[in-house]
Amino acid sequence: MSLQFDPVRLPPHCQALREEVRQFLADEVAAGTYDPDRSEADGEVDRRFARKVAARGWIGMTWPKAYGGQERSFLERYVVTEEMRVANAPVRHFFVADRQSGPTLIRYANERIKREVLPRIVRGDACFCIGMSEPDSGSDLFAARARATPVDGGYRLDGTKIWTSIAHRADYMIGLFRTSPPTKENRRHGLTSFLVDMKTPGITCNRIGQIGGEREFNEVVFDGVFVPAENLIGEIDGAWKQATSELAYERSGPERFLETFEAMKLLVDAVDERSDVRVQVGVGRLVAQLHTLRRMSVSVAGMLEMKKEPVVEAAIVKDLGTLWEQALPHRVRDLAATMDEDDPAVRRLQRGLVHELHAAPKLTIQGGTTEVLRGIIARGLGLR
Amino acid sequence: MQTQDNLVLETAERVFRDLADPQSIILRGDDGWKAPLWQALEDTGLPAAWAPEALGGADLSMADGFAVVRAAGRAALAVPLVDTMVANWVLGRAGIPVPAGRIALVLPRGRARVAIDPAGRVDAHARKVPFACEADHLLVLAPGARGASVALVPASRCAFTPGRSLAGDALDDVEISASSDAHRAGVEGVGVDRVAMLAGTVRASQIAGALEAMLEISVNYSQERVAFGKTISKFQAVQHNLARLGGEVAAAVAVAQSAADAIASDDIGADELLLEVGAAKVRCGEAAEAGAAISHQVMGAIGFTVEHVLHRFTLRALSWRDEFGDEVEWSRRLATLVAARSSGEFWRLLAAR
Repeated sequence: MSLQFDPVRLPPHCQALREEVRQFLADEVAAGTYDPDRSEADGEVDRRFARKVAARGWIGMTWPKAYGGQERSFLERYVVTEEMRVANAPVRHFFVADRQSGPTLIRYANERIKREVLPRIVRGDACFCIGMSEPDSGSDLFAARARATPVDGGYRLDGTKIWTSIAHRADYMIGLFRTSPPTKENRRHGLTSFLVDMKTPGITCNRIGQIGGEREFNEVVFDGVFVPAENLIGEIDGAWKQATSELAYERSGPERFLETFEAMKLLVDAVDERSDVRVQVGVGRLVAQLHTLRRMSVSVAGMLEMKKEPVVEAAIVKDLGTLWEQALPHRVRDLAATMDEDDPAVRRLQRGLVHELHAAPKLTIQGGTTEVLRGIIARGLGLR
Repeated sequence: MQTQDNLVLETAERVFRDLADPQSIILRGDDGWKAPLWQALEDTGLPAAWAPEALGGADLSMADGFAVVRAAGRAALAVPLVDTMVANWVLGRAGIPVPAGRIALVLPRGRARVAIDPAGRVDAHARKVPFACEADHLLVLAPGARGASVALVPASRCAFTPGRSLAGDALDDVEISASSDAHRAGVEGVGVDRVAMLAGTVRASQIAGALEAMLEISVNYSQERVAFGKTISKFQAVQHNLARLGGEVAAAVAVAQSAADAIASDDIGADELLLEVGAAKVRCGEAAEAGAAISHQVMGAIGFTVEHVLHRFTLRALSWRDEFGDEVEWSRRLATLVAARSSGEFWRLLAAR
């Protein structure tokens, strides 16, 4: 196979939008809407921020106007996403819905649901979580056991999802439930996607602490939860067909290599003309690697804009990107080791690295593990 | 445009296939293939691809030329086609007609001592000049106030101390104290650094091409070789190694193509260009290291033999890291972009395009 990553440049109107986003973020920081140095989740801060972003038309901006979108390009969305990430903006309330839940609904949900739910996302109201992993099924999604049983007017959900980020304050979940047993020919058969209103009786969210002190994870228990039939998304028993085509959106974005960019910022601010050769070389290599990842990621955004489905290319971006952002705080720690500890920029760096070092291990797990990605790439190379 | 592009590339690939087939070169065991190959390349006009027609060039676009450069990498081409392309680009800008034959580039880099006097007399000492003793001419560049000074010196007037790259290609020390056949003082818009950037981008593109070939060779082999009762491509450990190789190839191709596109652009700032070119040379160098290691690992002992073609690609990709600035040199230059900037300004530069 030929791996194609054509050079894509962001057109002038995207860069103009970038300036708008920067100004907006600077204004919001100045107004105290959020603190860029404070990374802990605060539901109220996140919600307020989501409404402000919505007011600018930057949530669901690529979606059809009929559902409240702006029909703007993927490259424009790209610019908004990367500026928000680099500015440590609190995007949790809307990011999942904007990136994947909304596009899934647009493609597979019934019209009434689309007209009701999508505008709520666009307004910055509706927060989404994704119910995939279960206690006995992580990367092996098709081993999912939480089930949906047909009842009068809809389905009854029972079972447990786990590691579900921000489920405790989400308004909706798009979850994967078993509607039939797998067949002999196709072990992926039998799973169906549902849109679940998280306020439905019978849902319990038990929060789970993470190594860095956050409590974003949840165990979500479903005990006889009713979902109306119209909340079914796509084909009964055929959710696996829907999953793959969306992965290109989920896996190639700037958030797949900028998650620990704070470490790079701290390093850049601690480096000056007097830094020794070892530091210069180390910094230069990081710059080269980061620039390369960004060019690859922008290139994939360009392919998405041209309605291609660069699933393998996206898997490559996430594989390389998450390994890089995972290693970054460790490399920065290394380069800072010989710096002057009395320098305020170096002290800031050492303090700031703690959060990035805590975050690092999850980056190659969430949204498709390195191992799963390598399998996808190998298939693309014709090995499977 | 597309047809033109394909035609040039197809022509180049045909010549490489017919006259520079790696397996035939290995079987032959001497350098006898080089002269007929070069003659065929001259006949196609490729060495002067980037010079204007009025000066004897083919006037190809930079993009068309870079497609040939990457193809040369895919063929592990070991004659100075791309060096001559760069030299003829410089001659074209200097208004000097392109000569026949191979040209080696003498750039004032590192500890090199290069001077061109107003009469075009060259006084130069440079180490590790690629293909110097196989060249018909040496193109010498010296920094000038308005642009580079250039001088074209016949190889017969130069003294060489032969050396070899890791791949065994000529990499010679050069001593020149001679008059030139043609010279120009201060070529407007073509600084020495611009030529160094073009040369660096070209080597990065060659590495990307060689990596593409390594991936193809390794994937094909993994699907033929049987061990433990199945082809080794069925083992997850092997698949993951090849997936990693695919990632390195993708990174190299992406960053090299981006740099090639950037250097062909007239409206790019100096810092943006340094970012593109420096990143390409550094990242392709890193990909060469990782890619060569993985493809040798997949091929086992067979790939380590002189009979097998793999080394023509892996050793060349590794050698090309050293030429026209290695990873350390370009990394240090990239670091200057950071040292002078706050993190906000750095992000602005990174996200400028």
